[in-house]
Amino acid sequence: MDQIPILQVGDCLLVSIQVDMHDQLAMQLQDDLTTRVVKTRARGVMIDISALEIVDSFIGRMLNNIAAMSRVLDAVTVVVGMQPAVAITLVELGLGLSGVKTALNVDKGLALIRRLIDDGTEDWVGRREK
Amino acid sequence: MDVEKSDTMPIRSSEDVVRVRQAVRTGSVSLGFSLVDQTKIITAASEIARNTLDYGGGGELRLDLVRAGIRRGLRLVFSDDGPGIADLAQALKDGYTSGGGLGLGLGGAKRLCNEFDLRSAPGEGTTVTLIRWK
Amino acid sequence: MPADLHSVIPALIEQHHQELLQAWIGSQRRGGAAGLSLLDNATINEQARRFLDELRRSALSGQVENIDGPEWAGTREVLEQVSRSRSAGGSSASQTATFVFSLKEPLFNLLREHVKDAEGMARETLIASLLLDKLGLYTTELAQRSRDEVIARQQEEMLELSTPVIELWDGILALPLIGTLDSARTQIVMENLLQRIVDSRTEIAIIDITGVPTVDTLVAQHLLKTISAARLMGADCIISGIRPQIAQTIVHLGVELDVISKATMADAFALALRRIGKTVTDRVVARRPEA
Repeated sequence: MDQIPILQVGDCLLVSIQVDMHDQLAMQLQDDLTTRVVKTRARGVMIDISALEIVDSFIGRMLNNIAAMSRVLDAVTVVVGMQPAVAITLVELGLGLSGVKTALNVDKGLALIRRLIDDGTEDWVGRREK
Repeated sequence: MDVEKSDTMPIRSSEDVVRVRQAVRTGSVSLGFSLVDQTKIITAASEIARNTLDYGGGGELRLDLVRAGIRRGLRLVFSDDGPGIADLAQALKDGYTSGGGLGLGLGGAKRLCNEFDLRSAPGEGTTVTLIRWK
Repeated sequence: MPADLHSVIPALIEQHHQELLQAWIGSQRRGGAAGLSLLDNATINEQARRFLDELRRSALSGQVENIDGPEWAGTREVLEQVSRSRSAGGSSASQTATFVFSLKEPLFNLLREHVKDAEGMARETLIASLLLDKLGLYTTELAQRSRDEVIARQQEEMLELSTPVIELWDGILALPLIGTLDSARTQIVMENLLQRIVDSRTEIAIIDITGVPTVDTLVAQHLLKTISAARLMGADCIISGIRPQIAQTIVHLGVELDVISKATMADAFALALRRIGKTVTDRVVARRPEA
């Protein structure tokens, strides 16, 4: 049975969705992530969807659910790499991903997670120099 | 409108929904759709296919390559023998509320297509027809 | 016309194929499908032969009324090839259509020879005429379509030139829109912008509409959709160049512009710099220490 791998980097969990998921796989990912967030006490969850060419309402709801679940567990969720065609379609579909933060790519996603966890703010201004 | 090619596929499992997406992709690529148009029609197909499975109790998709004069397009006909939709107007209204609401996504799917037809009545199943022209 | 009309045309074409071909080629030359002087004999013969071949095959299906169906795919394809090669060679759409229409005379002659009753003759002539009209018109539609494609391509090229996406700073893009925006054009421009955002890894895009005379509901909606899409992707937009009239129109239309707008590009740029954490300071020139 295939599973989507979840990697741990420091206090963050990274998921990269590479396949066209059928519903059960998506539900399984949701469950696996919840379990791992609890187990590792992760503060951030990053979901890379740069390989997804289709995001329909089911996947959209999955992302919203993951974000909601993480929030309860005091972790932030950032979705990165959304393709332009997908974004355009989601807007047309009328599906908002409220509750989900987004970033252009993995680098910016990690930076955003850092800012959210460390500063408690996502403002660019006041970014700490490392 | 003339049909150049027609394929039928069952929608009985969530793997079938994945296959529907792949088939619609293949069809739209063969017609030379732009990437955005491909994404739109495949997403719409995914929404309706899922409805057919979840609310219609399973059904089938007929995928037609159609032509009207010089225009070519993709026509998708989703049909099921499920309970049917009682209030069509309500079903077409938007509502992706997280949790409640019909969440049928029909209004959204309609916006993603050039032509959209919905036929349904309680106890008479549902047929949704989508057309995206090149 | 009744659907089950039985026509002798398919059988006639099948049986008198060669004779018809010769008569037709002769008719083309005589009738001066005027571009013929541009084509050599071999080409004319070849094209006529292939068309008649496919016509024969399609007609054998028995269906000679609707040329859109699969039985006529072969014939349509030959017409596409002939049309393309002739227009590449300088023939006009009418000249290519005449290629088909000039088949009428030899076909009518054939009918006259073999259909003896006046009623049947009139009927068959009508069927033949309608069929060839449709095929001839198909070639003009093809010519129109290829012309439309050329125009579309040129428009796209003009679009690229007239709506450049400019990288103002590392992390800030600017899209100055010029001229009237129609639905199709706006869509292309917006898709372009979103792709540039991904490719250049830029998080802020300034959309400047100083050069846009009017903004109607449709355009406003497209702008909003683009901004929503950009935000979904993890970027954001600032609109600049909103003139008082446009601001009024937007309020009047009841469009909710949930995006920061600035009057000038300069203001938008300053805001964008602040958002990415940059400030502009004066350079301090170090004094040389007194000896």
